[in-house]
Amino acid sequence: MSDDKWLYEISSKKKLFDLNFKELWRYRDLLFLFVKRDITTVYKQTILGPLWYFIQPLFTAVVFTLIFNNLGSIQTGGVPPFLFNLAGITAWNYFKECLTKTSSTFTTNQGIFGKVYFPRVIMPMSVTISNLLKFGIQLLILISFYIYYHMSGVAIAPNSYLFLFPVYVLMMALLGLGLGMIISAFTTKYRDLNVVIGFAVSLLMYLSAVPYPVSEARSKFPDYVANLVEYNPLTQIIEGFRFMVLGTGTFTWFGFAYTLLICCFLFFVGLIIFNRTEKNFIDTV
Amino acid sequence: MGVILKAENISKQYRLGLVGTGTLSHDLNRFWYRIRGKQDPYLKIGAANDRSAAATENYVWALRDINFEVQRGEVLGIIGKNGAGKSTLLKILSKVTSPTTGVIKTKGRIASLLEVGTGFHPELTGRENIYLNGAILGMSKAEISAKEEEIVAFSGCQMYIDTPVKRYSSGMRVRLAFAVAAHLEPDILVIDEVLAVGDAEFQKKAIGKMQDISKTDGRTVLFVSHNMAAVKNLCTRVIVLEHGMVSFEGQTEEAVDVYLQGQQFKEPIDLLSRTDRLGNGNILFSQVRFINENGHVVTDVVSGRPITIELELKKIRPVNYAKFFVGVAFLDKTQQKTVSFLSDEMGTDFTFAETTDVIRLVIPNLYLRAETYSITLQLSDDGAKRSGFVDLIEHAATLNVLGGDIWEVGNVNRSGNFAIFPGTFQ
Repeated sequence: MSDDKWLYEISSKKKLFDLNFKELWRYRDLLFLFVKRDITTVYKQTILGPLWYFIQPLFTAVVFTLIFNNLGSIQTGGVPPFLFNLAGITAWNYFKECLTKTSSTFTTNQGIFGKVYFPRVIMPMSVTISNLLKFGIQLLILISFYIYYHMSGVAIAPNSYLFLFPVYVLMMALLGLGLGMIISAFTTKYRDLNVVIGFAVSLLMYLSAVPYPVSEARSKFPDYVANLVEYNPLTQIIEGFRFMVLGTGTFTWFGFAYTLLICCFLFFVGLIIFNRTEKNFIDTV
Repeated sequence: MGVILKAENISKQYRLGLVGTGTLSHDLNRFWYRIRGKQDPYLKIGAANDRSAAATENYVWALRDINFEVQRGEVLGIIGKNGAGKSTLLKILSKVTSPTTGVIKTKGRIASLLEVGTGFHPELTGRENIYLNGAILGMSKAEISAKEEEIVAFSGCQMYIDTPVKRYSSGMRVRLAFAVAAHLEPDILVIDEVLAVGDAEFQKKAIGKMQDISKTDGRTVLFVSHNMAAVKNLCTRVIVLEHGMVSFEGQTEEAVDVYLQGQQFKEPIDLLSRTDRLGNGNILFSQVRFINENGHVVTDVVSGRPITIELELKKIRPVNYAKFFVGVAFLDKTQQKTVSFLSDEMGTDFTFAETTDVIRLVIPNLYLRAETYSITLQLSDDGAKRSGFVDLIEHAATLNVLGGDIWEVGNVNRSGNFAIFPGTFQ
């Protein structure tokens, strides 16, 4: 019997890119069942249920408006500061949720990963998809406030770039997922990153132009900080999102293109590292 | 027929001690060797997997050079003591972890069942969990839908199927989980000890289902268990693992004997050194002796002859002698209880034990056939209740029963793990 008839092999050898798309496709039902599980179980035994999704961005937007716009007198270019902040926070939250939830994939799922095999990448993917629901709910709040401000006579209107909206959501997902997978791979052995991620994410928000527009950063920050903020791909996403929705800020096709490139790059790096880790992580976790 | 799975030189190395200090430096060192195209320096070292030996190295080989082949349609048993490497082997087979060296080649899809109910979500209903668990085990939604009714019927949980699993009893959860797993249709099924759960009726059902899977459906099963009766029942061939290596491979009966020979204790008369005991330790069994009809201490007895089991006690703290309870059980090679002496049902008053350190169990005729039995001792001061455990030692000693001549007609009686007692045909 010749060896080439074997269906597959289990060995220690690692290829650089070892993702088996055929296998992933076979497990597509599992992906949807995980998403369904996350969505149906999240409100169980809470009193306010999905209301919690409203409360967090609203309060954050109020606090940001008070501190940055009233106290810090940051200019938001004609857009009501509250709406400006809400838009930034809505976009940021989706990225943040994807990143923090996927970055603990291996440690939170070690029980199930230790007992049964399925393509591990299903887990972070399902998290990213089920977070879309939360993002959608928060988007509804943004839209309702948007209509409210529009009715009360504020001159805001989405512009034609709105057709890029799905691409922006995809970029946020890819970036959050990519970074999350890289971090999750390292936390299996070195738990230090778990500690770092908690405060790093909230600090990163301030470097990603969430509570202020890039133009303010240009005029008030020292140059090297302003550059850091402006060329941060997250800034590009947040700023682009606000631009298409509120018509404030800047949009360049160059910024859009390199952000998309970085997102895809980080996603693939994350995928590769994640796949290399999944083989042996159970021994070190 | 034909080979469906082949393991070649499978080894698995683990690091002893904590992952932490030194991890990074070892990782960097490994990386340094790898980019220069050399072999991992830590693969050359490593101790054999002997749990009781002192740790002399930082690395241990949980498995070392395992080779075997599995034929299509075969039920292969894998047995071995705790820590012999069974679970590691299963983890490698089910792709949970990869081997350090070696390769496993297979011609079929492997589904593994290292635990029942993996991924059950307590908030979801039984039906939803059937789908989730089935998908985790590798079934597609369509496959599960087609078998849904069958699974529900097999589990015997129809009434609760739309109730969240968190309201289930643990037995029901196991039934549902096993029902899902039993309806998997992989080419190779890997099973670890899942039969050790559920009530007797369900265990019987589970074993029957597994026999169906292998015999009727012709699927290949790899089965790991400590339950020798189940292994004998199911397996066609057995591999015995010892210290991470294959110590025996062959027919089931022979392999089970080899395994059990290795497990027998060499006159463990002194019991104080035993640490694998349960109970509060107010009194310890310090010695056990078998005394034959001539008053000699022995390890063998001829079937049908008298034997006295002397238990010596070491009293550490006072206990309640009014509710004193002693249990002595004989277990056969498959760990099945053959005979037990329970003082509460025998009505023994143990108040005398307050003034003596030796308790005797006098058996006028040992009506057991020739076999090796192991003796489990139990002492309690609250009747037979678990709460009152003072001392409990499993396999405290082994007693060899030799073939006798119960009917005194000049024939040596047959051996076996069952009783033999007088009686005549008329």
